[in-house]
Amino acid sequence: MYAQMVKSEATNDDPEKLAEFQAKIDAGIKIEPKDWMPQGYRKTLIRQIGQHAHSEIVGQLPEGNWITRAPTLERKAILLAKVQDEAGHGLYLYCAAETLGVSRDELTEMLLDGRMKYSSIFNYPTLNWADIGAVGWLVDGAAIMNQVPLQRTSYGPYSRAMIRICKEESFHQRQGYDAIRKMAEGTPAQKKMAQDALNRFWFPSLMMFGPSDKDSVHSTQSMAWKIKMNTNDELRQKFVDQTVPQAEFLGLTVPDPDLKWNEERGHYDFSEPDWSEFFDVIKGNGPCNVDRMAARNKAWDDGKWVRDGLLAHALKKRDAKVAAE
Amino acid sequence: MNNEWPLWEVFIRGQHGMSHRHVGSLHAPDAEMAIKNARDVYTRRNEGVSIWVVEANNISASSPSDKGPLYEPSESKVYRHPTFFDIPDEVGAM
Amino acid sequence: MTRDEAFLQFLLRMGDNTLILGHRVSEWCGHAPVLEEDIALANTALDLIGQTQMWLGLAGEIDGGQSADDLAFLRDAWDFRNVLLVEVPNEDFGRTLMRQFLFDAWHSITLGRLLTSSDERVAAIAAKAGKEAAYHLERSSDTVVGLGDGTQESHDRMQQALDYLWPYVGEMFACDEVDTAMVAAGIAPNPADLRDEYYALVQRVLTEATLTIPDSGFAHKGGRDGRMHTEHLGHLLTQMQWLQRAYPGASW
Repeated sequence: MYAQMVKSEATNDDPEKLAEFQAKIDAGIKIEPKDWMPQGYRKTLIRQIGQHAHSEIVGQLPEGNWITRAPTLERKAILLAKVQDEAGHGLYLYCAAETLGVSRDELTEMLLDGRMKYSSIFNYPTLNWADIGAVGWLVDGAAIMNQVPLQRTSYGPYSRAMIRICKEESFHQRQGYDAIRKMAEGTPAQKKMAQDALNRFWFPSLMMFGPSDKDSVHSTQSMAWKIKMNTNDELRQKFVDQTVPQAEFLGLTVPDPDLKWNEERGHYDFSEPDWSEFFDVIKGNGPCNVDRMAARNKAWDDGKWVRDGLLAHALKKRDAKVAAE
Repeated sequence: MNNEWPLWEVFIRGQHGMSHRHVGSLHAPDAEMAIKNARDVYTRRNEGVSIWVVEANNISASSPSDKGPLYEPSESKVYRHPTFFDIPDEVGAM
Repeated sequence: MTRDEAFLQFLLRMGDNTLILGHRVSEWCGHAPVLEEDIALANTALDLIGQTQMWLGLAGEIDGGQSADDLAFLRDAWDFRNVLLVEVPNEDFGRTLMRQFLFDAWHSITLGRLLTSSDERVAAIAAKAGKEAAYHLERSSDTVVGLGDGTQESHDRMQQALDYLWPYVGEMFACDEVDTAMVAAGIAPNPADLRDEYYALVQRVLTEATLTIPDSGFAHKGGRDGRMHTEHLGHLLTQMQWLQRAYPGASW
């Protein structure tokens, strides 16, 4: 999930309007940009959609790291198309956030100066080619767990962005599984890469769902507003249940000695990730935080003359047209 | 000075479509670039579509409620389709 | 040189141009000045990679049944036949787009002529690639005009890019024994015959962009015959070919 630890903003609005608003949500009626909404709802959504959008954009970097080293022309095209989709997803989400009265440039600047966050998962490095498979299979797989229910979220533009994104995400997960499967079934060296990738991405993928429900104090309001659809632990369990058989099919070992099927619960039992590591990464101390932000800042700073130049030209053309009329 | 490119709303009529439909928004310095960006962002440049762009602040709306249609990715990029990847039955749905 | 040998060289020239330029353009993914440009550049790179698969696929077919991947990932620098223009590093966005424009103009004109190639496989590739190249040219022309006639800074950067890249333009219009053989077989045009159309097109766009073509008629060469690539190509191949070289025989 690409929005973690989004704190619900307090709302200080007319109780009658609030009740009306809640009734609308409970009845499954979508909230649209011009409708009245509580300040807290608006602010929380901007934070959540913004964080989700930032995650897509920063998420281009770990996979983009392998575009120039993809081993075949077809793999290169697939990976490039996938990373391009992420830019597209970021774009759709920024547009959804813009309907709430914040501009894309404002959101970008909040990301670049550290006021806004992105998903912890993208602060982990991609070190071998199988990582590209693992990211598609596990990271996109985890994201889909969260995004499928979000298609029913209460805010119309967000819901529509999620519908479009989900349609494209399935390609992402499947290409990832296909890539890592090829490795798992390949030479001993390739198999080693595949196992190494799973070893490194397993627990960070579990962290994507955020801390355990008992430690997560922000959920209740967001769930009532239908901008969070499931609890963190629910989604994490669902992800583990789905993913373990997929790993077994590949002949890979999930790096958790305590992982086992619990007949009584009808679910897998598994170890919690190391939450101190999670909070370190959130604070900026993950393996790649500094590099990721440096890359985004560089793209933004280096691109300024381009954005300004093209806009200046458009304004000149407009003025010339006005003058001619 | 605010140098942000203006926001445009994009409307596309597909090859066999009856009318233009709202597909989403994007940023561009002017209308011409907005049309090109729309081709790249919202159609992945499929042939035979007609694109309208309107600067967002020129739109008067009662209550925006149009559902974005789901355009088809360019036909030659088969790998964009999930079914391009053969996932064994044993693995289950993906 | 037999007709088949010349044909192979011609196909490698077409396919290596798109391979190397596609690689360079793909380096921008995730780093472009604005999201819409990031997406558009990726589309360009995807088109070029797709064209590479067709050109090198055909080249491999007539060269003893190699695959496009064999040719892309297992040849060394001296076997590459791309023009030097496409292998120079991206540097800033201005140089990248100027290089794209200078290539697109040549590419689009060349593919137009290849539509009537006596070899129907070549004509079929040109039909698909030509539509893509026409759109690339439309887009890169607009961007060159927008940045050339934008702010003072964008103008200066585009002029610098043009000054740097112009000496790499002439190589696209060189004619050697490969070209002569292709003309004789009716497979491809003489590159030298495309020069006037190219200059007229480029001159028109650059004038609109308020940019000045450098006076010098000097042209670097050595890419399309493989005699002397730039130092940059080896580094590009080191990255591109690494996995195939480090794990020979593996399937990906």
